Amino acid sequence: MSIIEFKCVSKHFGALKVLDEVDLDIDQGEVVVLIGPSGSGKSTLLRCINGLETITGGDLRVDRISVLAGNAMLREIRQEAGMVFQQFNLFPQLTALDNVAFGPRHVRGQSTREARAQALALLKKVGLEERAHHYPNELSGGQQQRVAIARALAVKPKVMLFDEPTSALDPELKQEVLNVMRDLAEEGMTMVVVTHEMSFAKQVGSRLIFMENGKISVDGNPREILANSANNPRLQDFLRHVH
Amino acid sequence: MNTDWSVIANFMPQLLSGARMTIYITLVGLCGGMVVGTIAGLMRTYGNWLLNCTAMIYIEVIRGTPIVVQVMFLYFALPVLASIRIDPLTAAMIAIVVNAGAYIAEIVRGSLQSISRGLAEAGLALGLPRWKVLVYIVGPLAFRRLIPPLGNQFIISLKDTSLFIVIGVSELTRTGQEIMAANFRAVEIWSAIAVMYLIMTGTLTLLLRLIERRMKIL
Repeated sequence: MSIIEFKCVSKHFGALKVLDEVDLDIDQGEVVVLIGPSGSGKSTLLRCINGLETITGGDLRVDRISVLAGNAMLREIRQEAGMVFQQFNLFPQLTALDNVAFGPRHVRGQSTREARAQALALLKKVGLEERAHHYPNELSGGQQQRVAIARALAVKPKVMLFDEPTSALDPELKQEVLNVMRDLAEEGMTMVVVTHEMSFAKQVGSRLIFMENGKISVDGNPREILANSANNPRLQDFLRHVH
Repeated sequence: MNTDWSVIANFMPQLLSGARMTIYITLVGLCGGMVVGTIAGLMRTYGNWLLNCTAMIYIEVIRGTPIVVQVMFLYFALPVLASIRIDPLTAAMIAIVVNAGAYIAEIVRGSLQSISRGLAEAGLALGLPRWKVLVYIVGPLAFRRLIPPLGNQFIISLKDTSLFIVIGVSELTRTGQEIMAANFRAVEIWSAIAVMYLIMTGTLTLLLRLIERRMKIL
């Protein structure tokens, strides 16, 4: 069953068409890796899923709820689809623990104690329980991003959206974030990942989508696509630049 | 030139009552100004075009006219225009509310807009309604950035009360002028008054420093 359905989705920024009548079905349990040159619309596509960008044409459903169904429904979708940002965006005034407990407290209405207990378990899962009482500015980029993943998981989403989660990280810090993401994929989480990490696409991805000019130009098994990239000059050109 | 600093002691009760009036107008005015400024600042930042426009016109009209003209208008023109008659003290307090409110609105807007959009998006992405994003994330962060420019405005408003001499409110400056008219002790009286203003603004600065130190800017 599809958990995310794009039906002829377009997105314009003024006169600029960023998504051009995209059709896409994502099934439960899939790990979809989105790649493409900058400006190809991959981040916009991701941000349309949880309504951070409003689609201007077609329909987009997450767990059968349309992103156009109004604010209350949009909040439902956002609880179903957790998001991890390139710049982490942790709340600087809260400790790692309270960042993770924030969603359950203010969205799910849990008590602080309950939310914190759950948050600690999630921090343990991402390997940061001993950093629970540190503030974001006391953590490394990789640690911040792992806290951000835990924060998104705390609302118990069915889908996780990753918007270039390792692009702001030093090479030696990328791996700790990618490892957490791999564990998540192995647990069967549905994931949509915008990234330039081709090794992650190859090893963890169940599906690879190459976007160009607001359209999906290649869609399929990552290992097959990468093995046969010689047949597609534009894909090959793109891959040469990310390596 | 012969100065006699002892005359200050003789007029101390009058000067203190003038200072009390200055503090009273400032406090009431700034409390009101904070409320008006916060509302107008929120309207400017988050309002639809109508709210935004309303707030913008208010801010531009007030910032574009001198406070002396504003208080003259309240005290002398309003009775003619709308037959609303108010006493000088009320006019003075309203003038501070309206005037400080316009500047505080811009301070509030600036602080809110200085908070990274990504943080608001992170809150929205968790499924929070907009008002909760404002109350729990953007608001607390913006508040810390509010304090330094707010301190500036508080000091300006406190000193602006001296301009209400034009409608005869018996605040500190007016009191000084009345004493002067009786004894011509210019050096002593105006020195004393300057020091009293310095003590008031200094106390305000110190208080704001303390608050600022307790809240790290993030």
